[in-house]
Amino acid sequence: MKGTDPRRAIIGDALAIGIGTGAYGISFGALAVASGLSVWQTQALSLLMFTGASQFALIAVIASGGSALVAISTATLIGTRNTFYAVAMAPILRVRGLRRLLAAQWTIDESTGMAVGHEDRRDAARLAFWSTAIAIYVLWNLGTLLGAVGAGFIEDPNVFGLDAAAPAAFLALIWPRLNSWPMRWVAIASLGTAVILAPFLSAGLPVLLAGAAGIAVGLVLGARAPEVER
Amino acid sequence: MWPTILIASGAAYGLKLLGYVVPEKWLDTPLARRITVLIPIALLSALIGLWTFVSGTSITFDARVPGVLAALVALLLRAPFLVVLIVAAAVTAVVRALGWLP
Repeated sequence: MKGTDPRRAIIGDALAIGIGTGAYGISFGALAVASGLSVWQTQALSLLMFTGASQFALIAVIASGGSALVAISTATLIGTRNTFYAVAMAPILRVRGLRRLLAAQWTIDESTGMAVGHEDRRDAARLAFWSTAIAIYVLWNLGTLLGAVGAGFIEDPNVFGLDAAAPAAFLALIWPRLNSWPMRWVAIASLGTAVILAPFLSAGLPVLLAGAAGIAVGLVLGARAPEVER
Repeated sequence: MWPTILIASGAAYGLKLLGYVVPEKWLDTPLARRITVLIPIALLSALIGLWTFVSGTSITFDARVPGVLAALVALLLRAPFLVVLIVAAAVTAVVRALGWLP
C-alpha cells in the first residue's frame, strides 16, 4: 500500500474499479438492448441480478434465441460462485439483519476480490468490500443506463477494448494475493483448467470445476493467507 | 421477458444470501478456513482464463490476450489499478484497430 493513508488508497482503488466496471456496464447496456430487451428490463438486470457474468450470459442466451429455462439456468449456474464468495466474506464482515441482506446483494467478484486483497487487516478488508460494492453498484447501473439509452450510437463496444478490461481488473484484484508460489500455482491451475474445459461443458460448469481444481492444488501445496488480525 | 429477468434475479440473490446463512461453526475448522481463502483466488483466476482465451465455447487467441498481458506487465511495474485497466483496454483496442488480431 502506497501513500500515507491506507484508507484513502483503498477508496481510490474502489473508485477506480467502479469506473472500469461502469465502462463495462455501458457495453452491457448496449448489448442487452441489442439482444431485444427494453431499457427498463436491462436496468432491472443490473439493479436486481447485479452479477455481471450472469447478466451477460442471460442476454447472450436470449440473443441466440434460447428458451427462458436455458437463460435462467445458465445465469444461475454462473452465479453459484457468489455463494462461495459469501462464505468467504461472512467471517470478515460479520453482518446481521438489514446489513446482511445488503452485503449479500453486493457480494460479487470485485467486492470479494478487493476484500481478500486486504485480508491481513479486518477493518481494511471491510472498508475494501463496502467501498467497492457501493462504487460498483452505482457506476455499473449508471453505465448500464448510458449503454441502454445510447445503444443506437455505439456500434461495437469492443472497439474500445473493454472486453480486456474485465479480465485485467480481475488480475489486478487477485494480484496482492499472488505473492507466493503456491498461490500462483492455484491461479495458473484454475485458469488453465477453465480454458481447457470451456469447449466441452456448458457455461458456468468450467468455472466451478476449475475453482475446485485450483483449491485442490492450493491444499496440496499448502497455500496460505497471511494471519488475520482478529 | 419479465418473468425470466425476475426469476433469474431472484435465484442470483438467493445464491448470494445462502453463503451468509450457513452456520458459522460448520466453517470454523482449519481446513474450511484454508478453503475459503482459496475460493476467490481460484474462481477469479478461472474467469480471467475464460474472459481472455474463450469466446462462446471455443478457445480463441484474439486482441484480448495482448491486452491482458499488457495488464500483467503493468502490475509487475506496480502501476495503480486504473492504469492497469486503461493499459489493457488501450492495447486491445489498438491491436484490434490495426487489424493484427480480431
